[in-house]
Amino acid sequence: MKVILDQDKCVASGQCVMAAPEVFDQRDEDGVAILLNDSPSEAGTEDVQHAASVCPALAIRLSA
Amino acid sequence: MNQENLVPLRYPLSAKGALEPPAEWAELRERCPVARVRLPSGDEASLLTRYDDVKMVLSDPRCTRRLDAEDAARISESESGGVFNAPMATALYSAGQQRWRMMLTKWFTAKRVNALKPGIVAMTDRLVDEMIESGHPADIKARVGFPLPVWVICDLLGVPDTDRDRFARWSDMMLNLTRYGQTEIDAAEAEFGAYLTAHLDMKRADPGEDLLSSLLTATDADGAGLTDIQLVATGQALLVAGHETTANMIGKMLAMLLSERRRWERLVADPSLVRTAVEEALRFDANPGFGMPRYVEQNIEVAETLLPRGTTVVCSMAAANRDENTFAGADEMTLDRSPNPHLAFGSGPHSCLGQSLARTELQTVLEVLLRRLPTLELAVPAEELRRVEGLVVGGLRELPVRW
Repeated sequence: MKVILDQDKCVASGQCVMAAPEVFDQRDEDGVAILLNDSPSEAGTEDVQHAASVCPALAIRLSA
Repeated sequence: MNQENLVPLRYPLSAKGALEPPAEWAELRERCPVARVRLPSGDEASLLTRYDDVKMVLSDPRCTRRLDAEDAARISESESGGVFNAPMATALYSAGQQRWRMMLTKWFTAKRVNALKPGIVAMTDRLVDEMIESGHPADIKARVGFPLPVWVICDLLGVPDTDRDRFARWSDMMLNLTRYGQTEIDAAEAEFGAYLTAHLDMKRADPGEDLLSSLLTATDADGAGLTDIQLVATGQALLVAGHETTANMIGKMLAMLLSERRRWERLVADPSLVRTAVEEALRFDANPGFGMPRYVEQNIEVAETLLPRGTTVVCSMAAANRDENTFAGADEMTLDRSPNPHLAFGSGPHSCLGQSLARTELQTVLEVLLRRLPTLELAVPAEELRRVEGLVVGGLRELPVRW
């Protein structure tokens, strides 16, 4: 699975970090999300899907 | 085409029930997305109610928070225009809003807030213990909703537990638009400012792990720190922004869930819905308060209407959150709604700094109550719930419950 994060859309809600802390973090300066790992392991799939679904800005896309 | 309303609507709009949206919202979104309104001060402004318009204006750099501009509409009768142009707001504006925000952001990231969660759970459990001990019916707003956010902010600021009640009172007075007179608001602000100044001196002598201690020595990328006035204003801003808003939202969220008890029962049956349920409560809140005013610095066009430089616009995030073009079944509360890009925390570079903290407090209250009091119910008919008057932030006067 590939994770695509659109930082221009991000509204710094931090929801993705709450859902999948291994995959997402926030920039200190403005809270905008950063991708720690764009190809998370199978084990992390569910968390990442959850992160994408709770993102209020729809800034996270997943592809196979 | 935008239909002009010739007679300005009185703003804030009123609604029938405490949890109901004003009847005008749907009509305005449909026919009059840029509506003339008359504010409590008597000045006129333009009200935006569509999702796309509100979202655009909130993140448009041409629409600023310079509400103390000569020709900006004043919000309330009180001379200073209430919290939006209080000296606090001016001090922070002069600090360079984005610079100030950057110095604070790291305290409110999801990671940091996650680390606060066990403490928030413990505080909530303690408040629920005390409520259970005094028996029902109980006003859960006064018992849990009101104290919890003050406790959390006091912890963040390194303020001792014994001063929590004073903090709550100052916060209430500073956010009020009509209930208190200007002299009382000024007095509360002065008292609170004096307290914070003394508190800062204490932290300077004996720094702790708290936010203010860290800001005392923090500098931005250019090596500049915050002045004492700006530090005091920071303390004020965090209290004002984080207390009433969250306290009232806890009350309204519980009221929305309990007023149709099948919603509550669904959460009892499946607590994994807490996260989406909190988002939906934020979206569905029909009584969030004033909305977000902005001052138009350069001509802009919104919904095919020219908003000339000098216009004051009021963004109704709550009306936008009921926009059918963005949310299917917008007038239904759907506990597992996803995605839910609501604007309750605003949007863009000025969106709520404390949103992760607010979410965590709301989620915690809900989790603890579902666990401790699954039989929770309203102790009065929902029709008897009353809105608080005169606050920038909307809420319920009380929320009587039993279990």
